[in-house]
Amino acid sequence: MAHFDPNARPFSHQWLNDRLAVDTLKRVLSTEYWIPKNINFLWAMGMVLAATFGVLLISGIFLLMYYIPDTKQAFDSVNYTIMSEVGYGWLWRHMHGVAASVVFLIIYIHMFTGIYYGSYKRGRELIWLSGMLLFVSFSAEAFSGYMLPWGQMSYWAGMVITNLFSLGSLDFQGLVEWIRGDYVPGQAFLGRFFMLHVLLMPLIIMALIVLHFGTLRLPHVNNKDGEEIDFEAEAEKWKAGKRKEAKVIPFNPVFLSKDTFVLGVYFIFYFYLVFYHFEFAMDPVNFDPADPLKTPPHIYPEWYFLWSYEILRPFPKDPGLIAFGFAQVIFFLLPFLDRSPNVAPANRRGIFKFWFWILLVDMIVLTVMGKVPPIGIYTTIGTVAAWVFIILWVLLPFITKAEKPVRGHK
Amino acid sequence: MSDRRDFFGKVLGAYAGLGALGALYAAKRTWDPLPSVKAAGFTTIDLSQAQENVLYTEMWRGKPIFVLKVPKQDKKAYEDKRLITVGGDKFFIAIGLCTHLGCIPAYYPDQHKFICACHGGQFDAAGEVLKAPPPSPLVIPPFTVKGKKVVLGEAGPEYKKLKEAGLVA
Amino acid sequence: MKELKVLAVVVFFTLVTYWGVEPYAHSVMHKHVEFKNFKYEDLKPIAAKGDAAKGQALAAACAGCHSIKAAKMPAPMDPVTASATYGVNPPDLSLAGALLDEKYLAHFLKDPTHTAMVAHKFKNKPYPMPPMATDDQSAADLVAYFKSIAPKEVTAKEAYEFACGRCHEMRYAKWTQIGEEPKTKPNIQTKMDEEKLKFQEKLAQYKDHLVKYLGKLPPDLSIIVRARSEDFLKTFVEDPQAQLPGTAMPRVGVNKEGYEKVFQYLEEVGDPSKPKREAVGPWVIGYFILFTFLAYLWYKSQWKGLK
Repeated sequence: MAHFDPNARPFSHQWLNDRLAVDTLKRVLSTEYWIPKNINFLWAMGMVLAATFGVLLISGIFLLMYYIPDTKQAFDSVNYTIMSEVGYGWLWRHMHGVAASVVFLIIYIHMFTGIYYGSYKRGRELIWLSGMLLFVSFSAEAFSGYMLPWGQMSYWAGMVITNLFSLGSLDFQGLVEWIRGDYVPGQAFLGRFFMLHVLLMPLIIMALIVLHFGTLRLPHVNNKDGEEIDFEAEAEKWKAGKRKEAKVIPFNPVFLSKDTFVLGVYFIFYFYLVFYHFEFAMDPVNFDPADPLKTPPHIYPEWYFLWSYEILRPFPKDPGLIAFGFAQVIFFLLPFLDRSPNVAPANRRGIFKFWFWILLVDMIVLTVMGKVPPIGIYTTIGTVAAWVFIILWVLLPFITKAEKPVRGHK
Repeated sequence: MSDRRDFFGKVLGAYAGLGALGALYAAKRTWDPLPSVKAAGFTTIDLSQAQENVLYTEMWRGKPIFVLKVPKQDKKAYEDKRLITVGGDKFFIAIGLCTHLGCIPAYYPDQHKFICACHGGQFDAAGEVLKAPPPSPLVIPPFTVKGKKVVLGEAGPEYKKLKEAGLVA
Repeated sequence: MKELKVLAVVVFFTLVTYWGVEPYAHSVMHKHVEFKNFKYEDLKPIAAKGDAAKGQALAAACAGCHSIKAAKMPAPMDPVTASATYGVNPPDLSLAGALLDEKYLAHFLKDPTHTAMVAHKFKNKPYPMPPMATDDQSAADLVAYFKSIAPKEVTAKEAYEFACGRCHEMRYAKWTQIGEEPKTKPNIQTKMDEEKLKFQEKLAQYKDHLVKYLGKLPPDLSIIVRARSEDFLKTFVEDPQAQLPGTAMPRVGVNKEGYEKVFQYLEEVGDPSKPKREAVGPWVIGYFILFTFLAYLWYKSQWKGLK
């Protein structure tokens, strides 16, 4: 039983401390949450993601006030009511659409930063796994949101993606119809995807963000050299005023000041896109209302799904689905497929260095090939890139097993 | 040294607060009624066919509007200053919601009376309170007379005169 | 500085990805049609000099089907009856001289189907508009007449109604193929809006006739400026067959100014936030530039003496 000071004025510092342990909270969560000093701006991407999620949440709240989840009214509620009637409705919509696209760019940068610096190893496996769960949840959130304007791309993306659940030759039509609540994407489909987008997925994402932060607490954030730091000892140095000698800095205010600066740069870029270059995030095809009797000449997912879509495309139906499934789960296994004990930047890890850069370039090639029509040379390039992706992951355990220990730092 | 470090943090915090105010302004505008709602805030009522002592109910801004050609034999109501003269006839036009708690009173033509079923309030044929709880007469909406028609939602000279005399509510 | 190098790597890969999925992929996906600036070079120049007075006499024949409000000639039929007869309501000709290309109009009067590029649709049935000029001279006279009666100023909306509005709806502007939707009010007792229903019936009849005439209902153009690129729209209007072979859309024959007026209207309706974006954008970006500068000062003061 805690002691309550009977003389503390309500809501005074002492009063709050007795009841909410505000000083402890502040210490644990901010002023004595230690971050290595040896980092660069890529370490701010987590904060950038949190801020972008905040932007999505706030702009989404305003869109939700006027959006109508009805197949007959959804399109006009977005394109007419929100865009020309609601005060600043256009701003919320463009902010929401652009943030939904940009958030994936940052997620990919965040992921590849983790892969490059080996931040999924030695006690950090759960950080990686919870992060991958967030990636999948964001994908589901993005896809369900893409259904809502009920344009041509919404309808046909809904048709194609739900058809994947027939699982090729297993022909689970019943499952597909169960997911849609209808034979084709219709009112039932729109209603349930609306619910997923505005309630269930955001709840899951918020819970996962908390888990993701939680998994960071004990292993701490990695650093540029993968150095194992004795955080308690280094923290003592900092507290003793040895700012220069200590290898760590407190989250607040030192790390936060740099994060905020990076956030500022990011928001300049983001709002430039919102005001002057939003078209890339709002596909023209989706400005034609959904028409179940006419498939648009070109259909393709949003750019962030293209690489996995392209892994599906060059193969026949069943192998294609297996390859697609492989692409979806393989990143989860990274901490276990990487057999090397080294926690170090990729460029100091021998063959892994090539593995990293080939993977990055290959995924960009897959992304571009996923968008162009599957004809001629593009099919060939796409097929090769898909095989390269699969082979890279098959080789990973062998490459890393053979890796020599990296000694010392710098 | 430490003061100087905190100083910039505080400046930035204040500046971020300024930005939040800007965002709040945009949010406020988003909550405003839509232009189409505001544009639909006008209703024209044609009174040329109205019969004496028959209550007509119209709608204006989603609310019921009472229109009553006041019978001459009800002397007290007929001389009421709140009536609106259109084409030589005297009309009682008001929002049909009891000023007590917003129920719709029913009209009893034989008694020339509005009686509210919710709490028993009564109004005469010119909307004046006959019996509590309603604290004030039925409210007259902004109107303007155009020939044999009345446009609700627009404050014409007759409405302004009533308002100056404190008779609209 | 090391950090800037890292940033350069990130920016490089981001831009390559962007270039690949946007400009490059779209250049592969979409047919390239060259824009010819509404010159209609396939049509021979007309040498004859027109005489407006002679043209006026010839135009009397036009009034059998068309209204010419600028010359106080009313429409012989209402739009629905006209569409039952011709397939589509013939346009009022007041603006023809202002919005249509001179050379196009002259050729259209001589040989409508070829000039409008709809000959493929009228192999087995007559085009509702017969040739009205037998030679270059009478065509030039008519053109001179239409130019003489055309108003000096045409609004963007009028240009749309003349060039597109009889086939294409624009529901975000309350425009239907037979004019603006009237403002009506339901009966308070029955909740039925008889006038509106009557209007809708007429519209349905008109649309039926239009579908019989064109093969399908032309799309609503409310947000066509967001659904198609600017480049597609101008090359399509200039030469519909080049973009969509076999389409029922005729070559309308607008001149450059006429197209600009039409596009202005499409943009006003389809992208109404453009002026607001342009007004708010610099403020928001300016705000974040100063924000970043202040954050930089904070960062520098916090990290001073750390390394």
